[in-house]
Amino acid sequence: MSGLTTVFVPGDAAARSVGADAVAQRLETEAGRIGRQLRIVRNGSRGMLFLEPLVEVATEAGRLAYGPVAPEDVAGLVEAGMLDGGEHPLAHGLTEQIDYFARQTRLTFARVGLTDPLSFDDYEANGGLAGVRKALELTPEAIVAEVTDSGLRGRGGAGFPAGIKWRTVLGAPGKERLVCCNADEGDSGTFADRMLIEGDPFLLIEAMVIAGLAVAATEGYVYLRSEYPQAAAMLRAAIHLAHEHGLLGASVLGSDHAFDIFVRVGAGSYICGEETAMLESLEGRRGVVRAKPPLPAIAGLFGCPTIVNNVLTLAAVPEILAGGAAAYADLGTGRSRGTQVFQLAGNIRCGGIVETAFGVTLGGLVEGFGGGTASGRPIRAIQAGGPLGSYLPASELGLEMDYEAFSGADAMLGHGGIVVFDDTVDMGLQARFAMEFCAIESCGKCTPCRVGAVRGVEVIDKIRAGIEVEANLELLEDLCETMTDGSLCAMGGLTPQPVLSVLQHFGGDLVGARGGTN
Amino acid sequence: MQWGARRSYEAFSPERAGEVIALRSSERGPLIEILRDLQATFGYLDPAATPIVAEALNLSEAEVYGVISFYADFRTEPAGRRVLQICRAEACQAMGAEKLCAHARKRLGVDFGSTTPDGAITLLEVFCLGNCALSPAVLADGQLIGRVDDSTLDELIEAAELASR
Ligand SMILES: Cc1cc2nc3c(=O)[nH]c(=O)nc-3n(C[C@H](O)[C@H](O)[C@H](O)COP(=O)(O)O)c2cc1C
Ligand code: SF4
Ligand code: FES
Repeated sequence: MSGLTTVFVPGDAAARSVGADAVAQRLETEAGRIGRQLRIVRNGSRGMLFLEPLVEVATEAGRLAYGPVAPEDVAGLVEAGMLDGGEHPLAHGLTEQIDYFARQTRLTFARVGLTDPLSFDDYEANGGLAGVRKALELTPEAIVAEVTDSGLRGRGGAGFPAGIKWRTVLGAPGKERLVCCNADEGDSGTFADRMLIEGDPFLLIEAMVIAGLAVAATEGYVYLRSEYPQAAAMLRAAIHLAHEHGLLGASVLGSDHAFDIFVRVGAGSYICGEETAMLESLEGRRGVVRAKPPLPAIAGLFGCPTIVNNVLTLAAVPEILAGGAAAYADLGTGRSRGTQVFQLAGNIRCGGIVETAFGVTLGGLVEGFGGGTASGRPIRAIQAGGPLGSYLPASELGLEMDYEAFSGADAMLGHGGIVVFDDTVDMGLQARFAMEFCAIESCGKCTPCRVGAVRGVEVIDKIRAGIEVEANLELLEDLCETMTDGSLCAMGGLTPQPVLSVLQHFGGDLVGARGGTN
Repeated sequence: MQWGARRSYEAFSPERAGEVIALRSSERGPLIEILRDLQATFGYLDPAATPIVAEALNLSEAEVYGVISFYADFRTEPAGRRVLQICRAEACQAMGAEKLCAHARKRLGVDFGSTTPDGAITLLEVFCLGNCALSPAVLADGQLIGRVDDSTLDELIEAAELASR
């Protein structure tokens, strides 16, 4: 074998967090030692985070996977002929035939891990730009109709139909309209926005351009959390390249439409993921929630009618335009159409991204894909939908993953994050943390949330210490009711969900903590 | 795994602050961006910067201060030479983050939000770093590290202490 061998070593922040940079370096060294020349591509992650760093070697048969590769494994791998697809205990065969990957339906994440994230040519050669080209042939009304017909619902948490929001913005009076991408991704257990931005940033850019065409907006803002420094760097680099290739700028792909995107980095505040707090923050103020109405679609950023959508909502749009609304709507179940990008996290053996049509069960995800807990112990609880989501007991593994089934179980899909806990978890502490988190992150605008959460922590501490348990349990339930009914936004309004779910399913942990005598 | 690149900062001066502010003052709603730039330049937000920012953006000092105090990222005093952020959110809790936090506090002898007396390390809590499938996670001066255990922390801390001697 001679010539250049192409090797993929993910540059995704998660892969780098477990040594991908050192692996890339060692590969270079070891290949040099045997006189082989490498072209190392720092691709996004394939989403099988349990196999990271996942090294792929391009061969005539396709891309072969090796992982998880530690830096000290590299010499042995190269010796075993990895660069020609040699066998090794860390070899997994063709990446796309790995069961975890093969069983998914990759639409939004189709290119993530496949391409060089900052290669515009790669992007175009792998289906990129088809959506925006289609959109350029359509009227704004027709673009909005496609999005509406696809059944796409918001992936940021609330599941609001995207087409209806876009139509409202298009119809709203105003000299200027804006597009705003919510990339605050504050929910624990979620990382899909980050991986998409790091792994296929042109997709988000194309999506925002389409949103701009749909509502005649010429400016878009991405509100990206500061905890993601690498995503910010990738997105800025991609925006620069998109200008060079004419996807952004005064004339989008040679048309007479202009569009530009600005990246704004958050400053460490969970509530700024709530859309109106995000708008306040984008305008340079404290992230205090605004009362609605007016809806952001009518009076949003800088007072303009504004599309506010999550990264994944927007990222679904190019495929909807390119492949047609009907093809997208064919996937899924009931009123949950298309694919959802689930994220398996916490105490799970095979954590990562699972993009699949709605309708898979919770058990199908955490056991079928996830392989149970990382510790090998029994699953005790699963938190779905982020810190405001309920804790579900293992008996709920049959639950179907769609918006309606979840709300039927007093739970929510949220941003698709699924956090698994084994049987060593103290669920009383998890209930306490839900209140503590709300106390830390509350914007402070309304009393039930601001004061309620602090009181909630105190009351739970008393219950756990065995002080007047019955009376304090009653107080806790009252407090939850007040927060649910009296809070302006879902921060205070939904914090009771995880707390009440602990009371309902794991009450013993709360009262039994320290003996629980009255 | 190692710390991310160490940042170096300029000494605060009103003139330099003015220059940093001027770069963005024509943007829409630039206050938070400007505060971030100032912090990236000087390492913290000097109280003397508040009136300069307020004047440049035609805001009251109270408004500027209100924003600084709202966001966790902004600090009004210099940090230690290294900044260690430990994730305390649920997916990391499920993999022992609270034990890791206890270890860090004990080893450093400081609580979250504080800097070791020798100025080597500032310890901060953070809620989710987007590395929830490889938890527990920390951010060590911008370098994300996954599957962290006590010994990973010890190595980081020793490296920082050594460099501070
Ligand atoms: C406390 C709180 C935090 C939120 N955090 C986020 C977030 O990090 N990312 C996000 O996209 N939406 C978040 N949301 C939902 C947004 O308010 C909003 O519904 C969403 O951005 C709309 O976009 P979508 O329809 O595409 O989902 C949050 C909501 C609340 C109440
Ligand atoms: S519920 Fe909490 S976070 Fe929401 S507006 Fe009220 S105080 Fe702010
Ligand atoms: S919960 Fe710790 S990285 Fe997400």
